[in-house]
Amino acid sequence: MPEIKPGSGKLLTPAGNAAGISRRKFLGYTGAAAVVAIGISSCDKDDDNNNSSGIDLGSGDVGILNYAYALEQLEAAFYIKVLLTPYAGGSVTEMALLADIRDHEIAHREFFKNALGSGAIPGLTPDFSAINFSDRTSVLAAAKAFEDTGVSAYNGAGKLITTPAYLTLAGKIVSVEARHAAWIRDIISNGTFADSTAVDAQGLDLVATPAQVLVIANTYLATKISGNNLPTS
Amino acid sequence: MNVKNILKEIEKVDPVVYDRLDTRRNTMKQFAGLAGKLALVTVPFALGSMFKKAYAGENRVETVFDVLNFALTLEYLEAKFYQMGNAAAVGGTLAIPAGAAQAAIQTIGAHETAHVAFLKSAITSSGGTPVAEPVFDFTAGNGTGLGPFAGVFINYPLFLAVAQTFEDTGVRAYKGQATDSDLMMNNDVLQAALRIHSVEARHAAHIRQMRKTNGGLVPAGVNVKPWITLKQSGIDSAAVQASYDGEEITNQATIEIVNINSQVISATAASEAFDEPLTKAQVLAIVDPFIV
Repeated sequence: MPEIKPGSGKLLTPAGNAAGISRRKFLGYTGAAAVVAIGISSCDKDDDNNNSSGIDLGSGDVGILNYAYALEQLEAAFYIKVLLTPYAGGSVTEMALLADIRDHEIAHREFFKNALGSGAIPGLTPDFSAINFSDRTSVLAAAKAFEDTGVSAYNGAGKLITTPAYLTLAGKIVSVEARHAAWIRDIISNGTFADSTAVDAQGLDLVATPAQVLVIANTYLATKISGNNLPTS
Repeated sequence: MNVKNILKEIEKVDPVVYDRLDTRRNTMKQFAGLAGKLALVTVPFALGSMFKKAYAGENRVETVFDVLNFALTLEYLEAKFYQMGNAAAVGGTLAIPAGAAQAAIQTIGAHETAHVAFLKSAITSSGGTPVAEPVFDFTAGNGTGLGPFAGVFINYPLFLAVAQTFEDTGVRAYKGQATDSDLMMNNDVLQAALRIHSVEARHAAHIRQMRKTNGGLVPAGVNVKPWITLKQSGIDSAAVQASYDGEEITNQATIEIVNINSQVISATAASEAFDEPLTKAQVLAIVDPFIV
């Protein structure tokens, strides 16, 4: 099967291979040549990834990394679509920063793919039918939801990670997601970067469990995912 | 010296603080997870109970206070900075534009004040003694008032530049504490620290946009974004560079991010996509000139 650049699996398996994005619609959906070029390797994971409740993210640290990988796949696919079919009314600066975010999310996605190596879940097929990509309000509302959800997800997942290096990596990413969230909120309504819908009276940011986040994520996924085996404490 | 003063204060509650300098992050983690599940009022009590259980009969309870007091010192710095900025704006000596800009600085200041209160109550209810608020010199002049940021409360672009530096540094400081082994064993404390960490990042993003709008002290040709590009401060002052050095890396856990898997990812984007931690020692060196 075609394999352009296998995942290195450096974090989890020293010589892992053939990880990552499947050949499925996820890539085809975007239509982006750059994306298609990534990795049409499909020897992903065993068939036991699939069950009646969706693709199993797995357990332990691998499960948490796959959880992050799934969310980053979703975010990357979203922003790729935003930039491919840009809404009207966005300034040059606005679209440039959205392109930055797209690149950040692709970087995160590919990082997790390589880090997970052969432990990675396959590429997921998004379902963005609820989003009107020609409408700025619809796109930015979705972007806000993705970014806030991402922040809450990483904040909730940190305590579930047992390997310090992975926690550091999650920390490196979550603050970038928070920067995204703040900016998206501000271009929707300036000054809402950290309003009371994001930060509570103690000055603490959003937090959510994988179970809570996966309910949201699955509404944007044609390929459902399951966190039934993720750690809960 | 300022750092020594901080350490002396910490030493009062932790006699072996100098031996523990690399364990603060553990404490932060202890603290972080707790707040997620508990109401404000109950958090300090829960923290106290947790620490007593976790460290009963051990010296390590002091390590927790060491870490919490370190975080508290940073939050004191930020909270006082915004209090003074807001007061100067009200007094007419600092030209923060009325409306959105003033509201944003007030919002951020309120969060930092909340972080101070949260940390103080956590320490107190755990049987510890919060460090006293230091005397600050926001010119970074070690008490001379003549540091590189002289005029910070009468010069709005300079005020924003210092604010950005504090926020970006705060993000890196909390991040640097996350992986202490003790902290990682305490879910609640870790989670609370992470939740403060991402708030600082939201602040940083907004301050950066305020600086872009204002344009002051932005070096020619530099585009200040909500995220950190390479190791660019976006501030026309070498005095802030230590807060940005190290942000330029593009390799994460031995995985090169530039053009990863044939994606078109520039070094700029690769550096922006990951924020980098600072060690406690690095943070103390950065804040030292601000503490009298």
